[in-house]
Amino acid sequence: MATKLIVNGRETTVDASGDTPLLWVLRDVVKLTGTKYGCGIGQCGACTVHVNGQPQRSCITPLSAAANAKITTIEGISPDGKHPLQIAWQEVDVPQCGYCQAGQIMTAAALLAKHPKPSDADIDTAMSGNLCRCGTYLRIRAAIHKAAGMSNGAHAQRAALIGITTETEAL
Amino acid sequence: MVVTRRNFLHVSALSGGSLLLGTFIGPKARAQQQRQQAPLDPNTFIRIDADGTVTLISRNPEIGQGIKNMLPMLIAEELEVDWKQVKVEQADFSEKYGTQTTGGSRAASNNWIPMRQVGAAGKMMLIAAAAKQWGVPESECYAAKGRVYHRSTDRSLGYGQLAATAATMPPPDMNSVKLKAATDFKVIGTPTTGVDVPQIVTGKPLYAIDITLPEMLYAQYVKCPVFGGKVVTANLDEISKMPGVRHAFVLEGKVKVGPLIEGDPGLEPGVAIVADTWWQANVARQKLKVEWNEGPAAQQSSAEFQRRADELSKQPAQRVLKNDGDVDKALGNGAHVIEGAYSYPFISHAPLEPRTCTAHFKNGKLEIWSNTQLPARGRTLVASNLGIAENDITIHLFRAGGSFGRGLTNDYMVEAGAIAQKVGVPVKLLWTREDDMTHDYYRPGGFHYLKGAVDDSGNLVAWHNHFVSFGEGEKFSSSAQIQPGEFPAGFVPNFRTDASVMPLMLKTGALRAPGANSQAFVMQSFIDELAYAAKMDPVDFRLQLLGQPAKSKVNEAAKPKVENEPAYHPGDKAKQAYDTVRMAKVLQTVAERSNWAQRSKLPKGTGMGVAFHYSFQGYFAHVAEVTVLPGNKLKVNKLWVCGDVGSQIINPSGAEAQVQGGVIDGLSELMHQEITLENGRVVQTNYNQHQLMALRQAPQVDVHFIPTDHSPTGLGEPSLPPVLPAVANAIFAITGQRIRALPLYKSGFSWA
Repeated sequence: MATKLIVNGRETTVDASGDTPLLWVLRDVVKLTGTKYGCGIGQCGACTVHVNGQPQRSCITPLSAAANAKITTIEGISPDGKHPLQIAWQEVDVPQCGYCQAGQIMTAAALLAKHPKPSDADIDTAMSGNLCRCGTYLRIRAAIHKAAGMSNGAHAQRAALIGITTETEAL
Repeated sequence: MVVTRRNFLHVSALSGGSLLLGTFIGPKARAQQQRQQAPLDPNTFIRIDADGTVTLISRNPEIGQGIKNMLPMLIAEELEVDWKQVKVEQADFSEKYGTQTTGGSRAASNNWIPMRQVGAAGKMMLIAAAAKQWGVPESECYAAKGRVYHRSTDRSLGYGQLAATAATMPPPDMNSVKLKAATDFKVIGTPTTGVDVPQIVTGKPLYAIDITLPEMLYAQYVKCPVFGGKVVTANLDEISKMPGVRHAFVLEGKVKVGPLIEGDPGLEPGVAIVADTWWQANVARQKLKVEWNEGPAAQQSSAEFQRRADELSKQPAQRVLKNDGDVDKALGNGAHVIEGAYSYPFISHAPLEPRTCTAHFKNGKLEIWSNTQLPARGRTLVASNLGIAENDITIHLFRAGGSFGRGLTNDYMVEAGAIAQKVGVPVKLLWTREDDMTHDYYRPGGFHYLKGAVDDSGNLVAWHNHFVSFGEGEKFSSSAQIQPGEFPAGFVPNFRTDASVMPLMLKTGALRAPGANSQAFVMQSFIDELAYAAKMDPVDFRLQLLGQPAKSKVNEAAKPKVENEPAYHPGDKAKQAYDTVRMAKVLQTVAERSNWAQRSKLPKGTGMGVAFHYSFQGYFAHVAEVTVLPGNKLKVNKLWVCGDVGSQIINPSGAEAQVQGGVIDGLSELMHQEITLENGRVVQTNYNQHQLMALRQAPQVDVHFIPTDHSPTGLGEPSLPPVLPAVANAIFAITGQRIRALPLYKSGFSWA
């Protein structure tokens, strides 16, 4: 069945049954693999994309529910990879394995769109549905604050590594 | 990328010789590694373009532990290039790279010398090339920031200009290569951002799950919910007619179900469904009807394991693993004798990327794209299971979306290979999350029946552990053993560890900090109990146990775990023993940093717990500050972590991240994670039943390293084990409730 989607600003017609989760349409049909499969039941957040600007779990969003919708994936969150979150994520060196991070960034982008200067409590609320198996949460929080233009927040909480404190602070 | 001269360098030396071994991965793989120990050739690690761009190859699999920065940083340091000049490429699997293993936190210790030698040899040849061109002695030249300079004339040439001539220079003897003093390090010790982070944050294909090949099909492989169960019949005709399905077939498998499952048992029986898209395979799977012969493993249950363990604990032990002094007599005479039965569950690795592997079988050769941690063993397993010569198997290595030890076993590689062998086109196997959680190599559960005694001076005078685990006869199931030298062995005059085992028809394996991730909880919790029995401060009691400060010594009796100890520094034998000085120092330091002595001033309901553990060559001590709110709501406010991993933190950003991650991983294990069996089936199937900690629950983490005069060692694992007992001990300090069974939620706790 042909379904029209607008993926990262580009109109795309895909041929897949309407109950196919959007995740698999994006990955295996549109061939955008930045959106990740983690749990398949909306538990981990690795598959988070924006559907008409709202963060959604693409693994439990059927294609039929996304027909004609504007879909934004990690590949399309900025034209040149310079979204403030993408920059902050690099400056803070957030990822370990990195597999969950597309979903983390998509959820954080929706948060910043609503709350340009989120508090720690805002971050707790918005981000706690995105699991990170490696445990990068402290840096995720730091990077969101950094992207929001805040110089303090949790980012100030850096390790005091003997002899290398200065360099670490400069992260 | 244009490569100026692939053969830029050629240096022969047996640099890999004694540096690459470890018993962790088992004798078979070790023998194979020994065969692989051809001389390292820096050609394979360094490439220089005409424009001076330096490409360094990272040989070990990247699973999120930061190896893809750490290894090239070692080369770059000695090669005298700016890190900004460097591009990093992941090596495929090939003998020319030496050992390509990720496991046992070994990368730092195994590569500290060889990778720097590679870089230094490269620098020497570039200097030789410049000296030749200028007609001056090499001793008048030096290298800096990708250029060679002539001291007296200020002439200089870039590495890009020199690469071609450098290739004609005679290679230096690796043993003559002079390495830099730590005081001259510019790259080592400076935080670098993960080299793949730009790709990660823009969603570029990086992981094994992201591979797309021409004509590629997608596969699911449906195995029996009971380990090793065989297919009797399946409605393959119906499945074959489902939309998009190209193939549906049964694989008989090679696995043998018995009371002891060791290592990688081989291909398990199942039904392969191969379709145009993965989702079509998944839809077809919902209609699949299989009659299984579940076999003997269907009788197993966690409740029965617990019942049997209690029963065994009351019987004479099957074996004695270590026996010092006279434990029975000392317990009889002990001033204060206490007992505690400890247990911990099976848990799953559950990396976020489910098992996936792509394979293409063509003209008798098999090409594989994998996120394995142990490609050498994977290739051997594939060869033996599928009847393909090892030389006909190629393995490309991909960044793993987490691994934590899961990629040490290669069951999914064999499955992909077996399916590819049948279909002839490239096929991507991807497990569902449910497949992943129900067909893991689980961290084994275990049971410890402990007795201990302290005298009136607070000395730990007797320790008896009847360890009940899984295995057969004198063999333990994979990762289900206890080391006879496990702390506090050697520190207690009357000490006995007994062991009894029961059969287990389930795959088990190494999970991040294997052994240590469960033993530390038991040992450091029971030591805490003994500290209270002795009416001593838990830190002081531990220092006294270590023999501090009066008896500072290396305790020869307490050899650390054999499996954790690579011969990374031949002739350094003395330092391989449990170093009480190093442990006491991290313990004292973490107590100071956390303001341990002032903990009585914390608000009501808030308290601290302490624990230390040596594992994977690292000495770690932690203090946890915890608040217990009404209803047993638990908030971990902060963890202070102090570690000694030798003389140098190579990448401070990565090092800090590994500790932060280790803490959060440990807290997830502590609170929630548990795999149970009913009727031989794993009950938990997804993250809602085997939970990870969430961002809002994450504590602050204070990371502190103490540099000491020992070769640098790894950080992927040793920060995790003390987390669990530190928090459990804090709960006792606050509530008086001693936590002897994991996970915590079973005792009524939940995150605040």
